[in-house]
Amino acid sequence: MTDVDGRKITKRDFKSDQDVRWCPGCGDYSILNSVQAAFADLGKKLHETVIISGIGCSSRFPYYMETYGFHTIHGRAPALATGVKLSNPDLDVWVVTGDGDAMSIGGNHFIHTMRRNVGLKVLMFNNRIYGLTKGQYSPTSPHGKVTKSTPMGSVDHPFSPIALALGAGGTFVARSVDILAPHLQATIKRADGHGGTAVVEVYQNCNIFNDGAYKHFTDKVVRSERMVELRQGEPLLFGKDHTKGIAFDENFQPYLVEGDDLGKAYVWDEAAASPAPAMALATMDESRFPVPIGVFRRQDKANYEQAVNLQVEHAKSTTQQSLEELLYAGEIWEVS
Amino acid sequence: MTNCQECERIAGYSHGLRETLMTGAETKDEGDRAARDRDVQELDQVVIRFAGDSGDGMQLTGDQFTRTTALMGNDIATFPDFPAEIRAPAGTIPGVSAFQLRFSSFDIHTPGDAPDVLVAMNPAALKVHLPLLKKDGILLLNTASFKAINLKKAKYEVDPRTDDTLDGYRVIEVDLTERTKEALANCPLDSRGKDRCKNMYALGILYWLFHRETEPTEKAIAHKFAKKPDVVEANLIAMKAGHAYAETTEIFQTAYKVAPARLPPGTYRNIMGNQALCLGLVAASKRCEVPLFLGSYPITPASDILHQLSGYKHHGVITFQAEDEIAAVCAAIGASYAGQLGITSTSGPGVALKTEAMGLAIMAELPLIVLNVQRAGPSTGMPTKTQQADLLQAMYGRNGESPMVVIACSTPADAFEVGYEAIRIATKHMVPVMVLSDGYIANGSEPWRLPAVDELPPIDVRYAPEGEAGVKFEPYKRDPETLARPWAKPGTPGLVHRIGGLEKQDGTGNISYDPANHQHMVDTRAQKVANVANDLPPLEPVGARTGDVLVLGWGSPRGAITAAVTRMQQQGHRVSAAFLRHLNPLPNDLEALMRGFKRVVLPELNKGQLALMLRSTYLIDVQSYSQVNGQPFRSQDIQDFLEKVLEELRG
Ligand code: SF4
Repeated sequence: MTDVDGRKITKRDFKSDQDVRWCPGCGDYSILNSVQAAFADLGKKLHETVIISGIGCSSRFPYYMETYGFHTIHGRAPALATGVKLSNPDLDVWVVTGDGDAMSIGGNHFIHTMRRNVGLKVLMFNNRIYGLTKGQYSPTSPHGKVTKSTPMGSVDHPFSPIALALGAGGTFVARSVDILAPHLQATIKRADGHGGTAVVEVYQNCNIFNDGAYKHFTDKVVRSERMVELRQGEPLLFGKDHTKGIAFDENFQPYLVEGDDLGKAYVWDEAAASPAPAMALATMDESRFPVPIGVFRRQDKANYEQAVNLQVEHAKSTTQQSLEELLYAGEIWEVS
Repeated sequence: MTNCQECERIAGYSHGLRETLMTGAETKDEGDRAARDRDVQELDQVVIRFAGDSGDGMQLTGDQFTRTTALMGNDIATFPDFPAEIRAPAGTIPGVSAFQLRFSSFDIHTPGDAPDVLVAMNPAALKVHLPLLKKDGILLLNTASFKAINLKKAKYEVDPRTDDTLDGYRVIEVDLTERTKEALANCPLDSRGKDRCKNMYALGILYWLFHRETEPTEKAIAHKFAKKPDVVEANLIAMKAGHAYAETTEIFQTAYKVAPARLPPGTYRNIMGNQALCLGLVAASKRCEVPLFLGSYPITPASDILHQLSGYKHHGVITFQAEDEIAAVCAAIGASYAGQLGITSTSGPGVALKTEAMGLAIMAELPLIVLNVQRAGPSTGMPTKTQQADLLQAMYGRNGESPMVVIACSTPADAFEVGYEAIRIATKHMVPVMVLSDGYIANGSEPWRLPAVDELPPIDVRYAPEGEAGVKFEPYKRDPETLARPWAKPGTPGLVHRIGGLEKQDGTGNISYDPANHQHMVDTRAQKVANVANDLPPLEPVGARTGDVLVLGWGSPRGAITAAVTRMQQQGHRVSAAFLRHLNPLPNDLEALMRGFKRVVLPELNKGQLALMLRSTYLIDVQSYSQVNGQPFRSQDIQDFLEKVLEELRG
């Protein structure tokens, strides 16, 4: 695939000339890096790629990508991107958003994008905090979180963005982590290949206001014990030598298995007809179970912009009406 | 036949109608209608108001009378006045739905102040609308609905037919319910279905009374209920029965004729404001070959725009019913960014929600059309009632210095040109444009002289061409004349760039916090809007360019102002009127025009919003004439006010 000056496109080509202005050490840097690498691998064309963001630290993203980019207003990126995609379905449209942007102020647009299955790829950087406004709790901050706006601890209950996306009918719902570059890049590529809305929740470390939010399961030393990678067609196993597993009881409640019971570990099927297993994993208690990453759900479903444009094309091909015929329609009369 | 129970109960004015029903009445004997031995009078105009319960089909009845009358060549203006509740409790005052129409043999500007004829289907309708009826006017009552329970719902202590309430009107009592049932004795409909045809019976009576042809309605009903032949049949039988009843009984001494109006030559079509606005947008889109994209969320009284444009897919129109008002405007901005004509339609409360996104469109310098079909506010206000109190919201209702082009339509037919103009401005100047309409224009109708398609002004849209290798594309490099930035569609090679709501450096579009640049950009965005005034046509006042009083108007009061000013001119007063389509920027020649008069009066359906703007812009002592009751102006009220102003001038 060539784009720039007839040569093969590289990760470098996706870097814009703007200085990156996230705090040094911010997880956003690794995500930017992974996106640029994945886009280069995918052979994307700069001019066919559009990145649309809302407001927040994550939403600075478009400025750093040498593609078309639109840094819009708080929470509204999916709505604006829907307009872009409907108007020109050939464009490759990515939404970059965060947990405040997509889960709080823009929650409505997020769920309705899922419901319609608009062909957008949504990268939701979840750092469980408001970074740009300097450290208030977000809809994904844990209960009891002490922040500037919750000096005595947050009494809000967080929700799981994955569960929300599943509940809204999301057809591609995945999770990855900023520092797991190979996994993140692979997940981005899989999202890219999905026809409808693809949501990737990326756990991202905000080293200024919520440092180490994910450390307890992403740290190298605990990772194998505390995380489980969803692999299509394989049992849900984790632990250093994959000696532990997750099984479900008849009520779809997860429980841990090991030893002789390991064979009961649930065989993962991201394309399962029922969203129940995915939902069960998305709502598992982080303190008792390993944290799942990978593709929770993938469904093939007609996408919105195609359905809309099909109707338009159909109407155009079946009804030809000149402007004159349109205006001079209905009951008209002459006055001489 | 005078012994019919429903037959007339004439309250004293057997010949009153001739004087009542308008000027210039002239009695004629119509020899060609042998069956009628009654008089036929020629009138030059009639105002009819149909009023009934929401479920009584008054809008349909009014609409049918309107179509027929338009086809018969009269000038016509209509005013539907309906409740916000889809079905308020039957028989109650809040449930009353009305449709006023005025037709004439001359050019008219309003649906009339007071009706000559009131059709009241129930006591509640009588209660609400009787005060409007002209003294000596015709009052057609459906006696079937004057039962104790309905009288109670209408808050009548005694039956108004039994005391002096109806004195001074020409009251025609007909048991429409029973008559209709009789006429439909052989129809297969159930009794509820039959009952619903009583409006057609009433329509038949009025068709006879005003010499209307029944054929257009026959066709329209057949079309409307094409899938229900029983309903078509019943409706038409009821209408014909009403017609025959009026002809054979002697409830009316006289029938009336209104000769066709002498409208300027051309091809005409009756049009409602929302319809015309949609057609103007589609016409502009076809002319510049850029598809329309409508992002919208249902809201009264703008929803018809969504409905209508949804039916224009064959013209390449994409409509998107969004999850909320904000998504609707954002999707439209996205569409404009992608190279289509992004439009969003709403009413005041929706505009409030779209505010932040409009600021983004101003910052991103993208074309965007925001259609605000105004209604009575604040808050939810009175959704089905008209008002023009969103002007200051349109002008200033955004954070920061965020000027926006604002234009307004003034009549249903004018909405076509305004829709067209909105797209011309938005694409030429790369700016968002707010279009103000209101409920009165949106749902009112008038004959529209159709434009010749090839005479529609060209709209030239040029996207930025592909970039050259090695040359960095500058998204804010401006056209020296308009200051518009290039419209660079994503997908075009060599133009990748980033835009957004953060302040940007002129030219490159890079984020900039430089003080001098911000000042420059604020000034530039203002200048861009100001530049729109450079190619506006000169104002064309009704009347002389100098005189005692200039009556300015914008939006729907145009008709009432024109009627008042024309009458005063005929009386020899030095009064002129001028109407503003462009409210931001204001026309360059407005100040000079205002300075040519001793007084400037500005009637507005708000607390004087444009008056405030003009006073502060020109330091001219514009006199506001304000009405904010959810109803359109009555031309007589404007005239009375102007007479007072003239008196002051003399005094
Ligand atoms: S505040 Fe947090 S999320 Fe924002 S840039 Fe800094 S480290 Fe990253």
